[in-house]
Amino acid sequence: MKIPPLPLFIHSVPAGFPSPADDYLEQSLDLNRYLIRHPAATYLARAKGHSMTGRGIFDGDLLIVDRSLEAGHNQIVIAALDGQLTCKILDKQHQCLRAANKNYPPIAISEFSDLIIEGVVIHSIRHHTPPVS
Amino acid sequence: MFCLVDCNSFYASCEQVFRPDLRGKPVVVLSNNDCFIVARSAQAKALGIGDLQTVFNIKSWLHKNRVAIFSSNYPLYGDLSNRVMETLRLFSAHIEIYSIDEMFLFLDNIKNASLNDYGRTIKNTVYRHTALPVGVGIAPTKTLAKLASRAAKDIKKCRGVCVLDTAKKWDWMKKRTPVNKIWGISSRFARRLADLNIYTALELASADPKYIRRHFNVCVERIIEELNGHPCLSLEEVPNPRKQIYCTRSFARKTSQVQPILDAVSLYAARACEKLRTQESLAASVQVLLYSSTYQSNYYNSSKVVQLPWPSDDTRLISQIARQTIQKIIRPNVFYMKAGIGLLELSPKQHQQLDLFYPQQSHKTDQLMAVMDKINHYYGKNSIYLAAEGVHKKWAMRQAYRSPAYTSCWGEIPEIQC
Repeated sequence: MKIPPLPLFIHSVPAGFPSPADDYLEQSLDLNRYLIRHPAATYLARAKGHSMTGRGIFDGDLLIVDRSLEAGHNQIVIAALDGQLTCKILDKQHQCLRAANKNYPPIAISEFSDLIIEGVVIHSIRHHTPPVS
Repeated sequence: MFCLVDCNSFYASCEQVFRPDLRGKPVVVLSNNDCFIVARSAQAKALGIGDLQTVFNIKSWLHKNRVAIFSSNYPLYGDLSNRVMETLRLFSAHIEIYSIDEMFLFLDNIKNASLNDYGRTIKNTVYRHTALPVGVGIAPTKTLAKLASRAAKDIKKCRGVCVLDTAKKWDWMKKRTPVNKIWGISSRFARRLADLNIYTALELASADPKYIRRHFNVCVERIIEELNGHPCLSLEEVPNPRKQIYCTRSFARKTSQVQPILDAVSLYAARACEKLRTQESLAASVQVLLYSSTYQSNYYNSSKVVQLPWPSDDTRLISQIARQTIQKIIRPNVFYMKAGIGLLELSPKQHQQLDLFYPQQSHKTDQLMAVMDKINHYYGKNSIYLAAEGVHKKWAMRQAYRSPAYTSCWGEIPEIQC
């Protein structure tokens, strides 16, 4: 005779008290949903260099970049300057891209330079231990 | 109104997204195994580089003209195509993915007077969110929307957006469109139409539909109706079977375990491969899809496109790749409702370009697959099927100029100078 497989219950049989937390179970926290408002327009990138340390962005940090946002004054942006991608502060008052490190001079935005704001850096992430994958 | 959004030189544009230095420059993308040129940026076209040109004998010429060359990077194209589609959802709830670079939207509740502005907003938003240039064609039928998108691309004054909302406008366009450029008219049909003195879309549109139906088929009759502004084709919100084969199904009950999902995906891969062999095509890449239950709070769905080492219809190869991919996108503690597989980049098997130095599907595989299909045909489905493990082969494809997987591999995300 074939014995049907016994069903496996994930919950233990409530012989004693049920877990007082059972009624309060919620979904676990999802970093993507917490950090990213426009997934289709958001890209990840790696910071390289030291010009933004004053704003807390260090070499090797992960940058979360939202292309859909309009860049405002004093925001950290990714700009394509003469075809090269760079991360700087957009200074609309002085018409320049500023570094957050006094060793790096500001870059004036002239009508001759080819500048495109690619997106706004909405978060940066530092790794204090190596990431999982 | 139907709206066709068509990405301009899609693969070449994808290569420019993370390389602003290449925007406005000649860029070409090569086929599998780097044989032919399959995509050209506008500047590459202007240099006179032909579609499907063999790359081998013009390589030094390309270098001399500073043409950027890329091997095809389907994981990148698949991801960017998804982003375009997701962005388009801001504009319509009804979307048909016609191909990796073309999407139909159904627009209702938009006043005719503001269609042009709406189209422009679609174009600008897609560019802003994805850095991909698109053309937008809007018209009362899908066939006319296709014409409109051609006009958007070809006529400078349109600047990428064309609305054909009145008979006067679409007649103007039809007069300038040869029949073989109409969506659904093959060159063979075009030749037969030429025998009837029908050369332009306008001439076809004024032909007698009943007469055409008798001499051609009902599809051509529908095209005539569509060209006259009477919609016959509706939005296919499930993917089109001719260009790609999808097999997606819901599970009998939702599951968070890996094994049953893997088994299901192997089964769907086998089904899709059977269909692929029936229509005598080979697939160059595979998409794997996974959906969680919509009724749970951490609703999650994911898909990933993976390139095959060579174009194939081999159930063993495709099933193994699908299983590996599922394991990459599956998340723990999520209950899944549905999974699926898509075979993409289909090409007719008989026109396969052979490559002397690189591996491709062997004759033995063809025979084995033919035998498998025969047995299953005679003795019923699943009389013979794959064991859990697939083949173990070293897959290496020639991709000498592949760009990084900017959006799908942690080690390859773009580096930004700070």
